[in-house]
Amino acid sequence: MTYIAKPKFHHPGLKKNELGYTHRDYEGKISTLCAGCGHDSITASIIEACYELSIEPHRVAKISGIGCSSKTPDYFLGNSHGFNSVHGRMPSVLTGANLANRDLIYLGVSGDGDSASIGFGQFAHSIRRGVNMTYIVENNGVYGLTKGQFSATADRGSKSKKGVTNTDNAIDLVAIALQLGATFVARSFSGDKAQLVPLIAAAIGHKGASFIDVISPCIAFNNHAGSTKSFDYVREHNDAVNRLDVLVGRDPIAVDYAPGTVQVVEQHDGSKIALRKIDADYDPHDRLGAQTFLARHAAKGQIVTGLLYVDPDAEDLHSHLNTVETPLNTLEADTLCPGSAALDKFNASLR
Amino acid sequence: MKPTDIAAPDYFHKVVDCQWACPAHTPVPEYIRLIAQGRYSDAYMINWKSNVFPGILGRTCDRPCEPACRRGRVEETPVAICRLKRVAADFKDDITHRLPRPSAKNGKRVAFVGGGPASLTVARDLAPLGYHCTVFDGDPEAGGMMRTQIPKFRLPNSVIDEETGYILNLGVDFKGGHRIESMKALLAEKYDAIFVGSGAPRGRELDIPGRKEAAAHVHIGIDWLSSVSFGHTDKIGKRVIVLGGGNTAMDCCRTARRLGGEDVKVIVRSGFEEMKASPWEKEDAIHEDIPILNFLVPVSFIHDNGKLTGVTFQKVKAEYDAKGRRNLVPSGEPDQTIECDDVLVAVGQENAFPWIEQDCGIEFDKWHMPKVDPKTFVSTNPKVFFGGDAAFGPKNIIWAVAQGHDAALSIHKMLSGEDITERPLPEVHVSSQKMGIHEWSYDNDISNDKRFKVPHRDKVIALKDIRTEVELGYDVKLALGEAHRCLNCDVQTVFSTSLCIECDACVDICPMDCITFTENGEETDLRQRLKAPSPHPDQDLYVSSDLKTGRVMVKDEDVCLHCGLCAERCPTGAWDMQKYLIDMTQAGSTCPTKSRSAA
Repeated sequence: MTYIAKPKFHHPGLKKNELGYTHRDYEGKISTLCAGCGHDSITASIIEACYELSIEPHRVAKISGIGCSSKTPDYFLGNSHGFNSVHGRMPSVLTGANLANRDLIYLGVSGDGDSASIGFGQFAHSIRRGVNMTYIVENNGVYGLTKGQFSATADRGSKSKKGVTNTDNAIDLVAIALQLGATFVARSFSGDKAQLVPLIAAAIGHKGASFIDVISPCIAFNNHAGSTKSFDYVREHNDAVNRLDVLVGRDPIAVDYAPGTVQVVEQHDGSKIALRKIDADYDPHDRLGAQTFLARHAAKGQIVTGLLYVDPDAEDLHSHLNTVETPLNTLEADTLCPGSAALDKFNASLR
Repeated sequence: MKPTDIAAPDYFHKVVDCQWACPAHTPVPEYIRLIAQGRYSDAYMINWKSNVFPGILGRTCDRPCEPACRRGRVEETPVAICRLKRVAADFKDDITHRLPRPSAKNGKRVAFVGGGPASLTVARDLAPLGYHCTVFDGDPEAGGMMRTQIPKFRLPNSVIDEETGYILNLGVDFKGGHRIESMKALLAEKYDAIFVGSGAPRGRELDIPGRKEAAAHVHIGIDWLSSVSFGHTDKIGKRVIVLGGGNTAMDCCRTARRLGGEDVKVIVRSGFEEMKASPWEKEDAIHEDIPILNFLVPVSFIHDNGKLTGVTFQKVKAEYDAKGRRNLVPSGEPDQTIECDDVLVAVGQENAFPWIEQDCGIEFDKWHMPKVDPKTFVSTNPKVFFGGDAAFGPKNIIWAVAQGHDAALSIHKMLSGEDITERPLPEVHVSSQKMGIHEWSYDNDISNDKRFKVPHRDKVIALKDIRTEVELGYDVKLALGEAHRCLNCDVQTVFSTSLCIECDACVDICPMDCITFTENGEETDLRQRLKAPSPHPDQDLYVSSDLKTGRVMVKDEDVCLHCGLCAERCPTGAWDMQKYLIDMTQAGSTCPTKSRSAA
């Protein structure tokens, strides 16, 4: 743990975004996680993505559960709303907040313990309902805070730091999210910011349930030979299906790739995603295809990363419920309680 | 790019910008840390070894270190390095027992012409080695221009006496009031070596109409200052014009203010910004109600039957040619005459060697300067060495000191029968500063304080007495605050490729975005691909060898705060903070050991 505050000085030549902020303005407190933790790289990626999108920090609500991963919202966006909830309960707290104020950008930060064990049901239902959020799982396969027991995402056959082999089957959160109808599903790696930052940016721009599983090596308890979530293992077995660039604003897309290799996806917020195909046969709009692809590669021990599925025409919970555009928390009493005449009219409609 | 060779002594030396910029290469961050710890005597001794006159330089140095200071690239102002040096001198205990002792003579005799900073540095280096040093000076006391040209309100005699005394007490024979009039005669005295440190003693003339007629009230700046210094001159007219824009002009005008000058003006040919005087000296002059008028070229002294009444100036403006060179051209406005009672001419200094006969074996170049080797400082006569202003024209004290060290080394090598062109490498120590998991032996918490102002004496009191020092110096509290502003640039970030697991922790934590992991390339290409722009190509890139993923680590040294966070956040200890200390070779340094370790 670092005891000094991160110095306020920044590089004199730092670029500023449309709001006049540098990426340093999107930082939070200094991390208290172990040195080298993958989670800190995810934090840095969230900072970078929010900076690039010129997001006003006060328009973001960052919500987490319990665990190493759930501590991280303290380390980014120091000027946004935050709620460090109960273990595994991030999804329901986020759903409630989203229903009350649909105008904020919701960032759910969770871990493999928080989402695949105690909060597995919560995870499933928030995805199933299509809550408009970016759900990030910082997945290291172990319980780091309690010294490295296997978590539910640890691969069967992988070894703990002490040499014990995991005999339980692993939960693949990406596969579950696809199955439950998430409309933006991606997997990435904390050691590959070039891939991760645009994924987070695209997920924030997506309307609906966006889910990103980020493999994030635990330096203290899960970065050894025999682990399948170590820097070395992930680098060796990483199979990226595509790369993407997020394009904000109305700038025309400069396509300098071979024809047929770039696919442009327009998002609800007007931003565009340029997808550069790495695997020519991979179609990110085919949910069933994605599921098969994942299963086939997982069997070969490969970790599929990239934007795995996106539905550009997705809807969210608010559309399903047909709620008003005005955030519910700003509706005044006379709107919420329109009087007996309105009640009579409503009752009459039911007769 | 090839992996950076951090074992080359210059690599980390350049990162310590202040030390690299200092001609004497004083280990600045090292002594500033000692000041912060209250170890003033230790801080003083580091300075004394390197620059010989810490108390004097702490008041008068031209501070080449400060424009180089990394802090100046991170915020508005550099660390007040010079005035911290004075702090070490002001608050130290008695250090006489730490000085070298006069040693048994080795039978070799060295003569010195002039008793200024260059000569005294050579004598300090040679006397403890047993050389019999005899210093000749035309003035009664040692110190040269430090004593005669720098006004007492900037540099009190007590400081000069103390620091010249430390040297003379090493058994140096000082012959005051003994001007050397003939090199031939000196050579005939069979000294084993002669060092010429006679300075640049002649003030440049301003030969314009009226100069001869008005001579009684037109004075050459450095001569006048010297005369004031020895008490021969104690007053001047009420209206004074100082011609010239260098530090001597600033000393002249401020001295004139203290000797009765009420309406004192500095008038320069150039623009205000291009003046040679240090910015802080200009500030001090302006603070004492001395206006600085610019773009005025003196064309004649106006006099009434030999009584000076004023100076006429032509108005000029600056024009720049295609190559960006500045020319001063008449602006077309009518000439301006400014009335005055006295004029001080401070338009430059020149060397003068009328006392060196042509057949001494000392050759001169077409500018009448002795031919001196810039590394060894030997002249064409192998027994005669030059240093300070006498060698390469007017510069500052710190240059004289640096050249003195080099000349002393040459003399020592020559008289030991060695080849003087072979210069031993400096000794370098690199050692980890790690104390605990996240603890370092230096204060890595970066201070956000702005530069602290040095307290000045009240102007009314200061102007009353020419011997009253204007600057009061930092007190202990201010010194501590200022010392904390130092970024400890000598505590280096050292990278071990084999330990790195490319987790990006250092990249994420670095407050200055100094670190990038990327594919290798040519330097210009790499500089384009760094995480933050690289506006100073003179600042090195630290490049690792190939990492596991085939990428390299590139660190732009430019604005690194040396906060050590990269090393704190590194899980494998691939980054370490290591203190780099370089011992410049001086006469009598023991042979540097070959076993240097870096990283």
